[in-house]
Amino acid sequence: MRYIEPHAHMVSRTTDDYEKLALSGCEVVCEPAFWAGFDRSSADGFHDYFRQLTEYEPKRAARYGIKHFSWLCINPKEADDPVFAREVMGLIPQFLKCPTVLGIGEIGLNKNTRNELAIFEEHVQLALDHDLPILIHTPHLEDKLKGTRLTLDSLANFSHLDRAKVIIDHVEEHTVSQVLDAGYWAGMTLYPDSKCSLDRAIDILEIHGPERLWMNSACDWGVSDPLAVPKCALQMKRREHTAEAVERVIYQNPRDFLSQSARFVI
Amino acid sequence: MPNKQELLDLQFIEARHKLLDLAAFLDRVDRHAGAEDFRFSAMKSTLPILLEDRPDRAKVILEALSDPSIEPIPQAAFQGAFGASQNSKSKI
Ligand SMILES: [Zn+2]
Repeated sequence: MRYIEPHAHMVSRTTDDYEKLALSGCEVVCEPAFWAGFDRSSADGFHDYFRQLTEYEPKRAARYGIKHFSWLCINPKEADDPVFAREVMGLIPQFLKCPTVLGIGEIGLNKNTRNELAIFEEHVQLALDHDLPILIHTPHLEDKLKGTRLTLDSLANFSHLDRAKVIIDHVEEHTVSQVLDAGYWAGMTLYPDSKCSLDRAIDILEIHGPERLWMNSACDWGVSDPLAVPKCALQMKRREHTAEAVERVIYQNPRDFLSQSARFVI
Repeated sequence: MPNKQELLDLQFIEARHKLLDLAAFLDRVDRHAGAEDFRFSAMKSTLPILLEDRPDRAKVILEALSDPSIEPIPQAAFQGAFGASQNSKSKI
């Protein structure tokens, strides 16, 4: 079985995890820029982080035969100070030239504040200006439904946006229809407690079909499982999904979406 | 796709385990000292949804545990999330 892990925060994981991913059939890892568990105190901290994403992680992954790509932005948790956020955003264009950078992400909302929304929209414009795909985070738990609605309302104001080049991640049962019906891609995050369980993600697949859906582990510094995608593939098999159906959602779909970036060559 | 019987064979014990864990959690909170908060009442208010004859119980429970407001807020008081909303529509 081969698969693509389209959303993992490998800077927070050990090299052992790359070995486990490789042993499980992972051929590609994509890493969106995010919050590292604490707020960085300066734009220089982000400069180093962007170098880690674009220089160091591709090399670490390559030692296990895995291709590593990244998405860049200032994440919503650190974007509530607009002056600081814009300083960090000023660093992004120079890194967009790196051969493994796919697009802008994971941008979006965290607590659904006005500043988060303003910085989100500036990121969307940055992506449009550079004709890049966009990966969008949706808020946690009780904030997700409202945050997803605010995100969709905001995106609707960008008349030139190609919705097929935007994925809205961390959908659950109460947000997936709105995202798919509006023409965007949707990501399901397989998380031990706070997002989709393996079985709930498979339920969503069965109900909505595999069109424009992918699944990811979003493994990071918190309680998360870097092998969630192959575990979900196994659970699909136990629930009598065919090998073709499994391959579609864990390999072909992410490949099709990500191939909209010319950089995504596998 | 598996039929009902096959799904029960595959997952009944696991679902039974989760049901008992939830029941024991409710007992545990009741048994301990102090006051409950909005999270506990929000959770309890969703339990009748389990008995409704409908195809979207998970979705409706998620909606009941969501912040029902629609406007962006001026500023966040904290970074995290609780899993239930203080302004939840689901309060008994
Ligand atoms: Zn993430």
